[in-house]
Amino acid sequence: MKYRHTKQIALLVAVILAAVASRFSGSINPYYLQVILFIGINVTLATSLNLINGYTGQFSLGHAGFMAIGAYASAYLSTEKSAGIFQALGGANAFSIALIFALVLLGGGIAAALAGLIVGVPSLRLKGDYLAIVTLGFGEIIRVLIQNTDAVGGPRGYSGIAGYTTLFWTYAVAALTIYVVLSMVDSTYGRGFLTVRDDEVAAESVGINTTRYKVTAFVLGAFFAGVAGGLYAHTTTYINPSGFDFQLSIQIVIMVILGGMGSTAGVAFAAVLLTLLLEYLRFVAGYEWLPDLVRRIASNRMIIFSLVLIALMLLRPQGLFGALPRMAGGRKTPKSQPGPTIATP
Amino acid sequence: MALLLELKQCTVQFGGLTAVSKFDLQVDENDLCGLIGPNGAGKTTIFNIITGVYRPTSGSITFEGKPIAGLKPNAIAGRGIARTFQNIRLFPTLTVFDNVRAAFNLRLKHRLAHALLRIPAFYREENDVARQVRELLDIFDLNRFAHLRCGNLSYGDQRRMEIVRALATKPELLLLDEPAAGMNPREKEQLMELIKFVKKKYEIAVLLVEHDMKVVMGICERIAVLDYGIKIAEGSPHEVRANPKVIEAYLGQETPAPAL
Ligand SMILES: Nc1ncnc2c1ncn2[C@@H]1O[C@H](COP(=O)(O)OP(=O)(O)OP(=O)(O)O)[C@@H](O)[C@H]1O
Ligand SMILES: [Mg+2]
Repeated sequence: MKYRHTKQIALLVAVILAAVASRFSGSINPYYLQVILFIGINVTLATSLNLINGYTGQFSLGHAGFMAIGAYASAYLSTEKSAGIFQALGGANAFSIALIFALVLLGGGIAAALAGLIVGVPSLRLKGDYLAIVTLGFGEIIRVLIQNTDAVGGPRGYSGIAGYTTLFWTYAVAALTIYVVLSMVDSTYGRGFLTVRDDEVAAESVGINTTRYKVTAFVLGAFFAGVAGGLYAHTTTYINPSGFDFQLSIQIVIMVILGGMGSTAGVAFAAVLLTLLLEYLRFVAGYEWLPDLVRRIASNRMIIFSLVLIALMLLRPQGLFGALPRMAGGRKTPKSQPGPTIATP
Repeated sequence: MALLLELKQCTVQFGGLTAVSKFDLQVDENDLCGLIGPNGAGKTTIFNIITGVYRPTSGSITFEGKPIAGLKPNAIAGRGIARTFQNIRLFPTLTVFDNVRAAFNLRLKHRLAHALLRIPAFYREENDVARQVRELLDIFDLNRFAHLRCGNLSYGDQRRMEIVRALATKPELLLLDEPAAGMNPREKEQLMELIKFVKKKYEIAVLLVEHDMKVVMGICERIAVLDYGIKIAEGSPHEVRANPKVIEAYLGQETPAPAL
């Protein structure tokens, strides 16, 4: 096995492409531009959640919560705390905006990562599906906290955020996320994430610190969700707590399942597909010539998600790109002797 | 010969059930020691306390002179104890190559940052690990399966795979939990050769739990016999075979007594 620098080159190419495309964003219809930005943000969200739910085999429902933390933290930083830096750099120019936006996104990511650490360490030390429950509660708590924080607008939402997000930033972040996930997983160190998913007991028996891997995946995933939140806040320029609800977390989970857990390409593709589908359904809901029932279904995301999932389970349970290892390979574990089998390890 | 592993008065209770009771065991360097007993006698439980899956309710475990009871399984693997499982536990979605590669994680110098930045030292180490994995697979004639998911291997090969993966952690002591289970007589012969070969080549001690008496009597230098969590006999295969308590323990079973 030879290792080459393909990933670094691909990352560089993606960033340059994003920069070039950014130059022409002025000539794109603003609505389409926003959809394209949402696609990039969703790719970041889905591929980072895939590190937790796909590669590491945990089940987090907290991505909307981390995104909210990143969105609010970065919006607050850019709105309230950047005046001094602008002054020092001689006012708002291309350079100072770029620098501030980079710092603000980083700040949002770090805030989310810290929250991830606080939530992750106690719940990931336990074996079992505690994480789903804890992250579910966490998302709701974050929403309530924001609703009661007047400094960021409380339930009215936070408005007047600068529209810094460009094609360049969105896709550079998406490319970076994909790069980080792929290059981490493709290494002897990174195989550790997969062993945690496959068999925690066996992983520990060969010396893998499963808790550390789970926390690493969780915190990194939270970080990128936070950065994606920052991009989102500076795209819409207005955010409110109810935008980061449970449905959003489910939406990101669906992207991961749809793409095939643990397949970054598949998950990124599913993020594009589902974003477009949800956007298109908004039009469908508005078509007056359609029967009422169809329009109502089209405007209810949860029903759409359920339909997507049912279709997936029937047609391609492994996800669009997944390989469905468990069913294909199967683990043969015949017992040699009759007798107690409780002591599995 | 230096003492490697020592269990002193180890007791394991699950609620009201005493699975292992005041168990003593000594394994020397380069020993090939057997642990036998009827179903449910507590053999796997002893493996689980040695490897940190469970903590003994009381008693002490020392390895190379240092206490290890209460350490986490991954830390104990780092100290030099590797194991296989009664019910094979490979990483089903990983290839044969990656199953073995995962065991090198323990001694890896590179971490997250290296993997991300891909500095030359990272490539050097990765190539070095890959070479060692291939060497190991070669020795055990598994290289031709390197890129198959291990679920596609035959049962005997999966058992062998698990031993190879355990060896990849470079242990001082290897614990094998019923490695011959489900094997045909020819595979069992090969397994006995394999265990002897591994012990000699890597100069490690082996603790073997096995129901197949031919295998145990054939390769073990010393055997401890467990019944209802209590050690009822210990000695050379010859001594154990003649011990009336051992015969009774097996005859008392509903399952037919092994050919002692
Ligand atoms: N985690 C557990 N919880 C409760 N009881 C357990 C647990 N693990 C093992 N036991 C019990 O402890 C006793 C010893 O089990 P153990 O698996 O160690 O036996 P064994 O000698 O390995 O048997 P076998 O030959 O069938 O593998 C059994 O009665 C078993 O039911
Ligand atoms: Mg057992």
